[in-house]
Amino acid sequence: MSVQLARIVGIKVMTGNLLGPRSPVYIIFSISALLIFWQVLADVIVQNPFILPSFTDIVVAFYALLFVGTLPMDFAVSMTHFFIGLGLSLLVGVPAGILIGWYPVANRLLDPLIELIRPIPPLAWIPFAIVWFGLTDLAAGFVIFIGSVFPVLINTYEGFRNIPRVFVEAGRMLGCSSNAALIRHIAFPAALPHLAAGFRVASGVAWMCLVAAEMFGVSRFGLGQKIWWYYNLHQMDNVMVYMLILGFVGLIIDYFFRFGMSRTLLKWREGEVN
Amino acid sequence: MGSVEISHLNREFIRDDGVRVVALSDINLSIADDEFVSFVGPSGCGKTTLLRIIAGLDTATSGEVRVDGSLITGPGQKVGMVFQEYSLFPWRNVISNVAFGLQMRGISKEERHNIARKYISLVGLSQFEKSYPYELSGGMRQRVAIARALATDPDLLLMDEPFGALDAQTRNHMQCELLDIWETKKKTILFVTHSCDEAVFLSDRIVVLSPRPGFIREVIPIPISRPRDRTNKEFIDLRRGILGMIEEEEREKERVKCKSGNL
Repeated sequence: MSVQLARIVGIKVMTGNLLGPRSPVYIIFSISALLIFWQVLADVIVQNPFILPSFTDIVVAFYALLFVGTLPMDFAVSMTHFFIGLGLSLLVGVPAGILIGWYPVANRLLDPLIELIRPIPPLAWIPFAIVWFGLTDLAAGFVIFIGSVFPVLINTYEGFRNIPRVFVEAGRMLGCSSNAALIRHIAFPAALPHLAAGFRVASGVAWMCLVAAEMFGVSRFGLGQKIWWYYNLHQMDNVMVYMLILGFVGLIIDYFFRFGMSRTLLKWREGEVN
Repeated sequence: MGSVEISHLNREFIRDDGVRVVALSDINLSIADDEFVSFVGPSGCGKTTLLRIIAGLDTATSGEVRVDGSLITGPGQKVGMVFQEYSLFPWRNVISNVAFGLQMRGISKEERHNIARKYISLVGLSQFEKSYPYELSGGMRQRVAIARALATDPDLLLMDEPFGALDAQTRNHMQCELLDIWETKKKTILFVTHSCDEAVFLSDRIVVLSPRPGFIREVIPIPISRPRDRTNKEFIDLRRGILGMIEEEEREKERVKCKSGNL
Protein backbone atom coordinates (compact mmCIF):
# COMPACT_ATOMS: atom_id res chain seq x y z
CA MET A 1 0.00 0.00 0.00
CA SER A 2 2.66 2.47 1.00
CA VAL A 3 4.76 1.34 -1.97
CA GLN A 4 1.85 1.99 -4.30
CA LEU A 5 1.24 5.35 -2.72
CA ALA A 6 4.88 6.27 -3.14
CA ARG A 7 4.71 5.26 -6.80
CA ILE A 8 1.66 7.39 -7.36
CA VAL A 9 3.31 10.46 -5.94
CA GLY A 10 6.39 9.68 -7.98
CA ILE A 11 8.87 8.71 -5.31
CA LYS A 12 11.26 6.05 -6.45
CA VAL A 13 11.15 3.15 -4.05
CA MET A 14 14.07 0.78 -3.75
CA THR A 15 12.44 -2.59 -3.34
CA GLY A 16 15.56 -4.69 -3.19
CA ASN A 17 16.61 -3.91 -6.79
CA LEU A 18 19.72 -2.02 -5.80
CA LEU A 19 21.64 -3.95 -8.46
CA GLY A 20 18.78 -4.08 -10.95
CA PRO A 21 19.32 -2.95 -14.54
CA ARG A 22 17.91 0.54 -13.90
CA SER A 23 19.67 1.14 -10.63
CA PRO A 24 21.71 4.37 -10.45
CA VAL A 25 24.35 2.50 -8.46
CA TYR A 26 26.29 1.59 -11.62
CA ILE A 27 26.56 5.09 -12.99
CA ILE A 28 27.52 6.50 -9.59
CA PHE A 29 30.15 3.81 -9.19
CA SER A 30 31.70 4.23 -12.64
CA ILE A 31 31.88 8.02 -12.41
CA SER A 32 33.34 8.05 -8.91
CA ALA A 33 35.90 5.44 -9.97
CA LEU A 34 36.94 7.67 -12.86
CA LEU A 35 37.19 10.74 -10.62
CA ILE A 36 39.28 8.94 -8.01
CA PHE A 37 41.58 7.47 -10.66
CA TRP A 38 41.96 10.91 -12.27
CA GLN A 39 42.71 12.60 -8.95
CA VAL A 40 45.30 10.01 -7.96
CA LEU A 41 46.90 10.06 -11.40
CA ALA A 42 47.20 13.86 -11.38
CA ASP A 43 48.26 14.35 -7.75
CA VAL A 44 50.46 11.34 -7.16
CA ILE A 45 51.87 10.26 -10.51
CA VAL A 46 51.89 13.25 -12.91
CA GLN A 47 52.28 15.93 -10.25
CA ASN A 48 52.15 18.69 -12.85
CA PRO A 49 48.87 20.62 -13.26
CA PHE A 50 50.00 21.95 -16.65
CA ILE A 51 50.22 18.42 -18.09
CA LEU A 52 47.20 17.09 -16.22
CA PRO A 53 45.13 19.24 -13.86
CA SER A 54 43.40 17.18 -11.19
CA PHE A 55 39.66 16.97 -10.63
CA THR A 56 39.80 19.34 -7.67
CA ASP A 57 41.87 21.82 -9.75
CA ILE A 58 39.05 21.75 -12.29
CA VAL A 59 36.39 22.34 -9.67
CA VAL A 60 38.31 25.31 -8.30
CA ALA A 61 38.93 26.68 -11.81
CA PHE A 62 35.27 26.28 -12.71
CA TYR A 63 34.19 28.07 -9.56
CA ALA A 64 36.59 30.93 -10.31
CA LEU A 65 35.39 31.18 -13.92
CA LEU A 66 31.82 31.55 -12.69
CA PHE A 67 32.71 34.91 -11.15
CA VAL A 68 35.54 36.40 -13.16
CA GLY A 69 35.28 34.65 -16.51
CA THR A 70 33.13 35.06 -19.55
CA LEU A 71 31.24 31.77 -19.33
CA PRO A 72 27.72 33.10 -19.97
CA MET A 73 28.92 35.14 -22.94
CA ASP A 74 30.88 32.16 -24.33
CA PHE A 75 27.85 29.97 -23.97
CA ALA A 76 25.57 32.50 -25.69
CA VAL A 77 27.98 33.04 -28.59
CA SER A 78 28.48 29.32 -29.13
CA MET A 79 24.74 28.73 -29.07
CA THR A 80 24.35 31.47 -31.68
CA HIS A 81 26.90 29.76 -33.93
CA PHE A 82 25.31 26.39 -33.32
CA PHE A 83 21.78 27.49 -34.16
CA ILE A 84 22.81 29.55 -37.18
CA GLY A 85 24.60 26.52 -38.60
CA LEU A 86 22.04 23.90 -37.69
CA GLY A 87 19.14 26.16 -38.63
CA LEU A 88 20.62 26.70 -42.09
CA SER A 89 21.15 22.94 -42.38
CA LEU A 90 17.51 22.24 -41.68
CA LEU A 91 16.39 25.06 -43.94
CA VAL A 92 18.44 23.71 -46.84
CA GLY A 93 18.85 20.00 -46.04
CA VAL A 94 15.22 19.06 -45.39
CA PRO A 95 13.71 20.62 -48.55
CA ALA A 96 16.62 19.37 -50.67
CA GLY A 97 16.28 15.89 -49.19
CA ILE A 98 12.54 15.92 -49.87
CA LEU A 99 13.17 17.06 -53.43
CA ILE A 100 15.66 14.32 -54.27
CA GLY A 101 13.77 11.70 -52.27
CA TRP A 102 10.43 12.36 -53.94
CA TYR A 103 11.35 13.34 -57.49
CA PRO A 104 13.70 10.87 -59.25
CA VAL A 105 14.69 13.52 -61.81
CA ALA A 106 15.89 15.84 -59.05
CA ASN A 107 17.86 12.95 -57.61
CA ARG A 108 19.58 12.22 -60.92
CA LEU A 109 20.45 15.89 -61.35
CA LEU A 110 21.57 16.73 -57.82
CA ASP A 111 23.11 13.49 -56.63
CA PRO A 112 26.42 13.97 -58.55
CA LEU A 113 26.82 17.46 -57.09
CA ILE A 114 26.09 16.27 -53.57
CA GLU A 115 28.50 13.36 -53.84
CA LEU A 116 31.18 15.73 -55.18
CA ILE A 117 30.90 18.29 -52.38
CA ARG A 118 30.15 15.94 -49.50
CA PRO A 119 33.62 14.32 -49.19
CA ILE A 120 35.30 17.71 -48.63
CA PRO A 121 35.89 17.83 -44.85
CA PRO A 122 33.92 20.74 -43.35
CA LEU A 123 37.02 22.18 -41.72
CA ALA A 124 38.64 22.59 -45.14
CA TRP A 125 35.99 25.25 -45.77
CA ILE A 126 37.23 27.48 -42.95
CA PRO A 127 39.52 29.69 -45.13
CA PHE A 128 36.73 30.39 -47.58
CA ALA A 129 34.25 30.88 -44.77
CA ILE A 130 36.48 33.64 -43.41
CA VAL A 131 37.12 35.14 -46.87
CA TRP A 132 33.40 35.18 -47.67
CA PHE A 133 31.94 36.17 -44.35
CA GLY A 134 34.87 37.75 -42.52
CA LEU A 135 35.57 37.06 -38.85
CA THR A 136 31.87 36.93 -38.00
CA ASP A 137 29.38 34.62 -36.37
CA LEU A 138 28.15 33.85 -39.84
CA ALA A 139 31.52 32.38 -40.83
CA ALA A 140 31.35 29.95 -37.89
CA GLY A 141 27.72 29.24 -38.76
CA PHE A 142 28.72 28.49 -42.32
CA VAL A 143 31.34 25.89 -41.33
CA ILE A 144 28.81 24.27 -39.00
CA PHE A 145 26.26 24.34 -41.81
CA ILE A 146 28.65 22.57 -44.20
CA GLY A 147 29.30 19.88 -41.61
CA SER A 148 25.70 19.28 -40.61
CA VAL A 149 23.75 19.77 -43.82
CA PHE A 150 24.74 16.42 -45.32
CA PRO A 151 23.50 14.20 -42.48
CA VAL A 152 20.21 16.13 -42.59
CA LEU A 153 19.95 15.86 -46.35
CA ILE A 154 20.97 12.22 -46.67
CA ASN A 155 18.67 11.07 -43.87
CA THR A 156 15.72 13.02 -45.23
CA TYR A 157 16.39 11.44 -48.61
CA GLU A 158 16.63 7.97 -47.08
CA GLY A 159 13.41 8.53 -45.17
CA PHE A 160 11.58 9.53 -48.31
CA ARG A 161 12.98 6.61 -50.28
CA ASN A 162 11.89 4.10 -47.66
CA ILE A 163 8.24 5.04 -47.40
CA PRO A 164 6.20 1.85 -47.85
CA ARG A 165 4.37 2.11 -51.16
CA VAL A 166 1.14 0.98 -49.53
CA PHE A 167 0.97 4.22 -47.45
CA VAL A 168 1.18 6.34 -50.58
CA GLU A 169 -1.39 4.21 -52.39
CA ALA A 170 -3.74 4.18 -49.41
CA GLY A 171 -3.41 7.97 -49.31
CA ARG A 172 -4.20 8.29 -53.00
CA MET A 173 -7.26 6.05 -52.67
CA LEU A 174 -8.50 8.33 -49.90
CA GLY A 175 -8.25 11.47 -52.00
CA CYS A 176 -4.73 12.64 -51.17
CA SER A 177 -3.57 13.09 -54.73
CA SER A 178 -1.28 16.07 -55.36
CA ASN A 179 2.44 15.73 -54.71
CA ALA A 180 2.27 18.52 -52.15
CA ALA A 181 -0.54 16.80 -50.23
CA LEU A 182 1.16 13.39 -50.40
CA ILE A 183 4.43 14.87 -49.13
CA ARG A 184 2.72 16.74 -46.33
CA HIS A 185 0.27 14.11 -45.13
CA ILE A 186 1.99 10.82 -45.97
CA ALA A 187 5.66 11.06 -46.84
CA PHE A 188 6.80 13.61 -44.29
CA PRO A 189 5.25 11.96 -41.22
CA ALA A 190 6.36 8.53 -42.45
CA ALA A 191 9.93 9.80 -42.91
CA LEU A 192 10.06 11.67 -39.61
CA PRO A 193 11.96 8.97 -37.70
CA HIS A 194 14.69 9.17 -40.37
CA LEU A 195 14.69 12.95 -40.13
CA ALA A 196 15.08 12.78 -36.37
CA ALA A 197 18.01 10.38 -36.71
CA GLY A 198 19.60 12.72 -39.24
CA PHE A 199 19.13 15.69 -36.97
CA ARG A 200 20.85 13.90 -34.11
CA VAL A 201 23.85 13.01 -36.24
CA ALA A 202 23.88 16.55 -37.62
CA SER A 203 23.85 18.14 -34.18
CA GLY A 204 26.82 15.98 -33.17
CA VAL A 205 28.80 17.01 -36.25
CA ALA A 206 27.73 20.64 -35.75
CA TRP A 207 29.13 20.58 -32.23
CA MET A 208 32.50 19.32 -33.48
CA CYS A 209 32.66 21.90 -36.27
CA LEU A 210 31.77 24.61 -33.80
CA VAL A 211 34.91 24.08 -31.72
CA ALA A 212 37.12 24.01 -34.83
CA ALA A 213 35.51 27.08 -36.37
CA GLU A 214 35.81 29.08 -33.16
CA MET A 215 39.50 28.22 -32.83
CA PHE A 216 40.16 30.26 -35.96
CA GLY A 217 39.21 33.46 -34.26
CA VAL A 218 35.86 34.16 -35.86
CA SER A 219 34.61 35.59 -32.56
CA ARG A 220 35.94 36.99 -29.32
CA PHE A 221 33.79 34.63 -27.28
CA GLY A 222 32.71 31.03 -27.55
CA LEU A 223 33.19 27.73 -25.75
CA GLY A 224 35.55 26.53 -28.48
CA GLN A 225 37.28 29.88 -28.78
CA LYS A 226 38.11 29.82 -25.06
CA ILE A 227 39.84 26.45 -25.33
CA TRP A 228 42.38 27.94 -27.69
CA TRP A 229 42.48 31.19 -25.72
CA TYR A 230 43.32 29.52 -22.42
CA TYR A 231 45.78 27.20 -24.16
CA ASN A 232 47.68 30.28 -25.30
CA LEU A 233 47.61 31.56 -21.73
CA HIS A 234 48.89 28.14 -20.58
CA GLN A 235 45.90 27.80 -18.23
CA MET A 236 45.30 24.14 -18.84
CA ASP A 237 42.83 23.81 -15.94
CA ASN A 238 40.56 26.30 -17.71
CA VAL A 239 41.02 24.44 -21.00
CA MET A 240 39.80 21.30 -19.25
CA VAL A 241 36.83 23.14 -17.74
CA TYR A 242 35.72 24.28 -21.19
CA MET A 243 36.24 20.79 -22.60
CA LEU A 244 33.94 19.36 -19.97
CA ILE A 245 31.37 22.11 -20.55
CA LEU A 246 31.39 21.32 -24.29
CA GLY A 247 30.79 17.67 -23.48
CA PHE A 248 27.95 18.39 -21.08
CA VAL A 249 26.18 20.87 -23.30
CA GLY A 250 26.38 18.41 -26.22
CA LEU A 251 24.98 15.68 -24.00
CA ILE A 252 22.12 17.88 -22.79
CA ILE A 253 21.18 19.04 -26.30
CA ASP A 254 21.02 15.43 -27.46
CA TYR A 255 19.06 14.34 -24.42
CA PHE A 256 16.44 17.08 -24.75
CA PHE A 257 16.09 16.42 -28.42
CA ARG A 258 15.59 12.68 -27.99
CA PHE A 259 13.24 13.15 -25.07
CA GLY A 260 11.24 15.84 -26.83
CA MET A 261 10.84 13.91 -30.04
CA SER A 262 9.88 10.60 -28.45
CA ARG A 263 7.29 12.32 -26.28
CA THR A 264 5.63 14.30 -29.04
CA LEU A 265 6.23 13.80 -32.75
CA LEU A 266 7.39 10.22 -32.54
CA LYS A 267 5.01 8.99 -29.87
CA TRP A 268 3.51 6.59 -32.40
CA ARG A 269 6.81 4.76 -32.70
CA GLU A 270 6.67 3.42 -29.17
CA GLY A 271 6.42 -0.31 -29.54
CA GLU A 272 7.39 -0.24 -33.20
CA VAL A 273 10.50 -2.12 -34.19
CA ASN A 274 13.37 0.26 -34.81
CA MET B 1 -24.64 2.81 -57.34
CA GLY B 2 -21.34 1.05 -57.86
CA SER B 3 -21.74 -0.87 -61.12
CA VAL B 4 -18.52 -1.81 -62.89
CA GLU B 5 -18.02 -2.36 -66.59
CA ILE B 6 -14.73 -3.88 -67.73
CA SER B 7 -14.24 -4.18 -71.48
CA HIS B 8 -11.41 -5.65 -73.56
CA LEU B 9 -8.93 -4.98 -70.80
CA ASN B 10 -5.30 -5.93 -71.43
CA ARG B 11 -2.25 -5.38 -69.28
CA GLU B 12 1.29 -6.09 -70.39
CA PHE B 13 4.52 -5.64 -68.51
CA ILE B 14 7.97 -5.26 -69.97
CA ARG B 15 10.37 -7.19 -67.80
CA ASP B 16 13.87 -5.87 -67.06
CA ASP B 17 15.33 -8.23 -69.68
CA GLY B 18 13.01 -6.73 -72.28
CA VAL B 19 10.60 -9.66 -72.47
CA ARG B 20 6.93 -8.75 -72.76
CA VAL B 21 4.70 -10.43 -70.22
CA VAL B 22 0.94 -10.47 -70.66
CA ALA B 23 -0.60 -10.18 -67.20
CA LEU B 24 -4.22 -9.77 -68.25
CA SER B 25 -5.71 -10.68 -71.59
CA ASP B 26 -9.04 -9.44 -72.91
CA ILE B 27 -10.97 -9.19 -69.64
CA ASN B 28 -14.68 -8.47 -70.08
CA LEU B 29 -16.94 -8.33 -67.07
CA SER B 30 -20.09 -6.58 -65.90
CA ILE B 31 -20.76 -6.15 -62.22
CA ALA B 32 -24.13 -4.91 -61.01
CA ASP B 33 -24.88 -2.40 -58.25
CA ASP B 34 -24.45 -3.78 -54.75
CA GLU B 35 -23.06 -7.05 -56.00
CA PHE B 36 -20.43 -9.00 -54.07
CA VAL B 37 -17.95 -10.50 -56.50
CA SER B 38 -14.81 -12.44 -55.62
CA PHE B 39 -11.77 -13.06 -57.78
CA VAL B 40 -9.92 -16.32 -57.25
CA GLY B 41 -7.10 -17.99 -59.08
CA PRO B 42 -3.55 -19.23 -58.58
CA SER B 43 -0.67 -16.89 -57.85
CA GLY B 44 0.31 -14.86 -60.88
CA CYS B 45 -3.11 -14.94 -62.52
CA GLY B 46 -3.34 -11.17 -62.38
CA LYS B 47 -6.19 -10.83 -59.89
CA THR B 48 -4.40 -8.18 -57.85
CA THR B 49 -3.35 -6.35 -61.04
CA LEU B 50 -6.98 -6.33 -62.18
CA LEU B 51 -8.11 -4.89 -58.86
CA ARG B 52 -5.39 -2.24 -58.98
CA ILE B 53 -6.48 -1.19 -62.46
CA ILE B 54 -10.08 -0.88 -61.26
CA ALA B 55 -8.74 1.20 -58.34
CA GLY B 56 -6.86 3.47 -60.73
CA LEU B 57 -3.52 2.64 -59.10
CA ASP B 58 -2.37 0.84 -62.25
CA THR B 59 -3.21 1.53 -65.88
CA ALA B 60 -4.35 -0.90 -68.55
CA THR B 61 -2.33 -1.33 -71.72
CA SER B 62 -5.60 -1.30 -73.64
CA GLY B 63 -9.29 -1.53 -72.87
CA GLU B 64 -11.20 0.34 -70.20
CA VAL B 65 -12.89 0.21 -66.82
CA ARG B 66 -16.00 2.23 -66.09
CA VAL B 67 -17.57 2.69 -62.67
CA ASP B 68 -21.17 3.90 -62.91
CA GLY B 69 -20.44 4.80 -66.49
CA SER B 70 -17.44 7.03 -65.87
CA LEU B 71 -14.01 6.02 -67.09
CA ILE B 72 -11.38 5.21 -64.48
CA THR B 73 -8.16 7.14 -65.06
CA GLY B 74 -6.82 7.33 -61.52
CA PRO B 75 -7.91 6.91 -57.90
CA GLY B 76 -11.34 8.50 -57.57
CA GLN B 77 -13.85 9.53 -54.94
CA LYS B 78 -16.25 6.68 -55.67
CA VAL B 79 -13.83 3.86 -55.04
CA GLY B 80 -12.41 2.72 -51.71
CA MET B 81 -9.74 0.11 -51.13
CA VAL B 82 -8.60 -2.22 -48.37
CA PHE B 83 -5.09 -3.57 -48.85
CA GLN B 84 -3.65 -6.93 -47.95
CA GLU B 85 -0.76 -5.57 -45.92
CA TYR B 86 -1.33 -3.26 -43.00
CA SER B 87 -1.90 0.10 -44.59
CA LEU B 88 -2.96 2.15 -41.58
CA PHE B 89 -0.83 5.24 -41.09
CA PRO B 90 1.17 4.37 -37.97
CA TRP B 91 1.62 8.05 -37.03
CA ARG B 92 -2.13 8.59 -36.76
CA ASN B 93 -4.41 7.12 -34.15
CA VAL B 94 -7.49 5.12 -35.07
CA ILE B 95 -9.90 8.03 -35.33
CA SER B 96 -7.63 10.20 -37.44
CA ASN B 97 -6.83 7.25 -39.68
CA VAL B 98 -10.54 6.71 -40.29
CA ALA B 99 -11.09 10.45 -40.73
CA PHE B 100 -8.21 10.83 -43.20
CA GLY B 101 -10.28 10.61 -46.39
CA LEU B 102 -12.78 13.12 -44.99
CA GLN B 103 -9.93 15.44 -44.04
CA MET B 104 -8.69 15.29 -47.64
CA ARG B 105 -12.17 16.32 -48.75
CA GLY B 106 -11.92 19.40 -46.55
CA ILE B 107 -14.47 18.42 -43.93
CA SER B 108 -14.08 20.17 -40.58
CA LYS B 109 -12.41 18.31 -37.75
CA GLU B 110 -15.49 18.02 -35.58
CA GLU B 111 -17.68 16.77 -38.38
CA ARG B 112 -15.17 14.28 -39.72
CA HIS B 113 -14.54 12.88 -36.26
CA ASN B 114 -18.27 12.44 -35.76
CA ILE B 115 -18.52 10.52 -39.03
CA ALA B 116 -15.38 8.52 -38.23
CA ARG B 117 -16.84 7.52 -34.84
CA LYS B 118 -19.86 6.00 -36.56
CA TYR B 119 -17.66 3.81 -38.74
CA ILE B 120 -15.41 2.88 -35.85
CA SER B 121 -18.45 1.70 -33.93
CA LEU B 122 -19.66 -0.13 -37.03
CA VAL B 123 -16.50 -2.28 -36.85
CA GLY B 124 -16.83 -2.55 -33.07
CA LEU B 125 -13.74 -0.63 -32.00
CA SER B 126 -15.28 2.36 -30.22
CA GLN B 127 -13.11 1.98 -27.15
CA PHE B 128 -9.95 2.07 -29.30
CA GLU B 129 -10.47 5.33 -31.18
CA LYS B 130 -7.49 6.97 -29.49
CA SER B 131 -5.18 3.97 -29.91
CA TYR B 132 -2.29 3.89 -32.33
CA PRO B 133 -2.05 1.08 -34.89
CA TYR B 134 0.85 -0.63 -33.07
CA GLU B 135 -1.46 -1.15 -30.10
CA LEU B 136 -3.95 -3.17 -32.17
CA SER B 137 -4.02 -6.82 -33.24
CA GLY B 138 -3.97 -7.78 -36.92
CA GLY B 139 -7.73 -8.31 -37.07
CA MET B 140 -8.39 -4.98 -35.37
CA ARG B 141 -6.09 -3.18 -37.80
CA GLN B 142 -7.97 -4.58 -40.77
CA ARG B 143 -11.26 -3.55 -39.15
CA VAL B 144 -9.93 -0.01 -38.91
CA ALA B 145 -8.76 -0.22 -42.53
CA ILE B 146 -12.29 -1.23 -43.55
CA ALA B 147 -13.77 1.62 -41.51
CA ARG B 148 -11.31 4.02 -43.13
CA ALA B 149 -12.24 2.85 -46.63
CA LEU B 150 -15.95 3.14 -45.83
CA ALA B 151 -15.81 6.53 -44.13
CA THR B 152 -15.80 8.44 -47.42
CA ASP B 153 -18.88 6.46 -48.45
CA PRO B 154 -17.56 5.00 -51.73
CA ASP B 155 -19.98 3.22 -54.05
CA LEU B 156 -17.42 0.56 -54.82
CA LEU B 157 -15.20 -1.15 -52.27
CA LEU B 158 -12.14 -3.05 -53.48
CA MET B 159 -10.53 -5.56 -51.15
CA ASP B 160 -7.20 -7.17 -51.98
CA GLU B 161 -6.88 -10.29 -49.80
CA PRO B 162 -7.78 -8.20 -46.76
CA PHE B 163 -7.93 -11.19 -44.42
CA GLY B 164 -4.95 -13.03 -45.89
CA ALA B 165 -2.68 -12.33 -42.93
CA LEU B 166 -5.22 -13.29 -40.26
CA ASP B 167 -5.61 -16.59 -38.44
CA ALA B 168 -8.50 -18.81 -39.49
CA GLN B 169 -10.78 -18.00 -36.60
CA THR B 170 -10.36 -14.23 -36.85
CA ARG B 171 -10.80 -14.59 -40.59
CA ASN B 172 -14.19 -16.31 -40.23
CA HIS B 173 -15.33 -13.60 -37.81
CA MET B 174 -14.24 -10.88 -40.19
CA GLN B 175 -16.09 -12.52 -43.07
CA CYS B 176 -19.35 -12.45 -41.12
CA GLU B 177 -18.77 -8.86 -40.07
CA LEU B 178 -18.02 -7.85 -43.64
CA LEU B 179 -21.29 -9.41 -44.84
CA ASP B 180 -23.19 -7.51 -42.14
CA ILE B 181 -21.57 -4.26 -43.23
CA TRP B 182 -22.25 -5.03 -46.88
CA GLU B 183 -25.90 -5.71 -46.14
CA THR B 184 -26.42 -2.54 -44.11
CA LYS B 185 -24.30 -0.17 -46.21
CA LYS B 186 -25.18 -1.54 -49.64
CA LYS B 187 -21.92 -1.29 -51.55
CA THR B 188 -20.55 -3.11 -54.52
CA ILE B 189 -17.64 -5.17 -53.22
CA LEU B 190 -14.88 -6.70 -55.33
CA PHE B 191 -12.88 -9.11 -53.26
CA VAL B 192 -9.60 -10.78 -54.21
CA THR B 193 -8.78 -13.92 -52.28
CA HIS B 194 -6.67 -17.07 -52.37
CA SER B 195 -9.27 -18.98 -50.46
CA CYS B 196 -12.11 -20.71 -52.33
CA ASP B 197 -13.84 -21.22 -49.00
CA GLU B 198 -13.84 -17.50 -48.34
CA ALA B 199 -15.03 -16.75 -51.88
CA VAL B 200 -17.95 -19.20 -51.70
CA PHE B 201 -18.92 -17.98 -48.24
CA LEU B 202 -19.02 -14.32 -49.23
CA SER B 203 -19.86 -13.89 -52.88
CA ASP B 204 -22.82 -13.49 -55.18
CA ARG B 205 -20.52 -14.49 -58.02
CA ILE B 206 -16.99 -15.83 -58.24
CA VAL B 207 -14.67 -14.97 -61.11
CA VAL B 208 -12.06 -17.68 -61.66
CA LEU B 209 -8.91 -16.42 -63.36
CA SER B 210 -6.22 -18.52 -65.03
CA PRO B 211 -2.60 -17.48 -65.29
CA ARG B 212 -0.15 -16.67 -68.10
CA PRO B 213 -1.81 -14.79 -69.59
CA GLY B 214 -4.47 -13.92 -67.02
CA PHE B 215 -7.93 -14.46 -68.45
CA ILE B 216 -11.38 -15.16 -67.07
CA ARG B 217 -11.81 -18.90 -67.03
CA GLU B 218 -15.29 -18.94 -65.62
CA VAL B 219 -17.81 -16.83 -63.74
CA ILE B 220 -19.74 -18.87 -61.20
CA PRO B 221 -22.91 -17.63 -59.49
CA ILE B 222 -23.38 -18.79 -55.90
CA PRO B 223 -27.09 -19.49 -55.47
CA ILE B 224 -26.93 -20.39 -51.75
CA SER B 225 -28.94 -18.07 -49.52
CA ARG B 226 -27.22 -16.26 -46.63
CA PRO B 227 -26.27 -16.94 -43.89
CA ARG B 228 -24.29 -19.74 -45.46
CA ASP B 229 -23.23 -22.93 -43.80
CA ARG B 230 -19.72 -24.05 -44.68
CA THR B 231 -20.61 -27.69 -44.01
CA ASN B 232 -23.63 -27.65 -46.30
CA LYS B 233 -23.29 -30.09 -49.23
CA GLU B 234 -24.05 -27.49 -51.85
CA PHE B 235 -21.39 -25.23 -50.35
CA ILE B 236 -18.81 -27.99 -50.37
CA ASP B 237 -19.64 -29.04 -53.93
CA LEU B 238 -19.25 -25.49 -55.20
CA ARG B 239 -16.02 -25.11 -53.34
CA ARG B 240 -14.67 -28.38 -54.72
CA GLY B 241 -15.70 -27.37 -58.25
CA ILE B 242 -13.81 -24.09 -58.04
CA LEU B 243 -10.78 -25.75 -56.51
CA GLY B 244 -10.79 -28.15 -59.43
CA MET B 245 -10.50 -25.28 -61.83
CA ILE B 246 -7.50 -23.76 -60.13
CA GLU B 247 -4.08 -24.81 -61.22
CA GLU B 248 -2.60 -28.12 -60.20
CA GLU B 249 0.00 -27.01 -57.64
CA GLU B 250 -2.43 -24.58 -56.06
CA ARG B 251 -4.97 -27.37 -55.73
CA GLU B 252 -2.42 -29.58 -54.01
CA LYS B 253 -1.78 -26.91 -51.43
CA GLU B 254 -5.49 -26.51 -50.73
CA ARG B 255 -5.99 -30.27 -50.36
CA VAL B 256 -3.28 -30.50 -47.78
CA LYS B 257 -5.04 -27.73 -45.91
CA CYS B 258 -8.36 -29.63 -46.10
CA LYS B 259 -6.85 -32.90 -44.88
CA SER B 260 -5.53 -31.24 -41.77
CA GLY B 261 -9.03 -29.96 -41.12
CA ASN B 262 -8.24 -26.32 -41.77
CA LEU B 263 -11.47 -25.65 -43.61
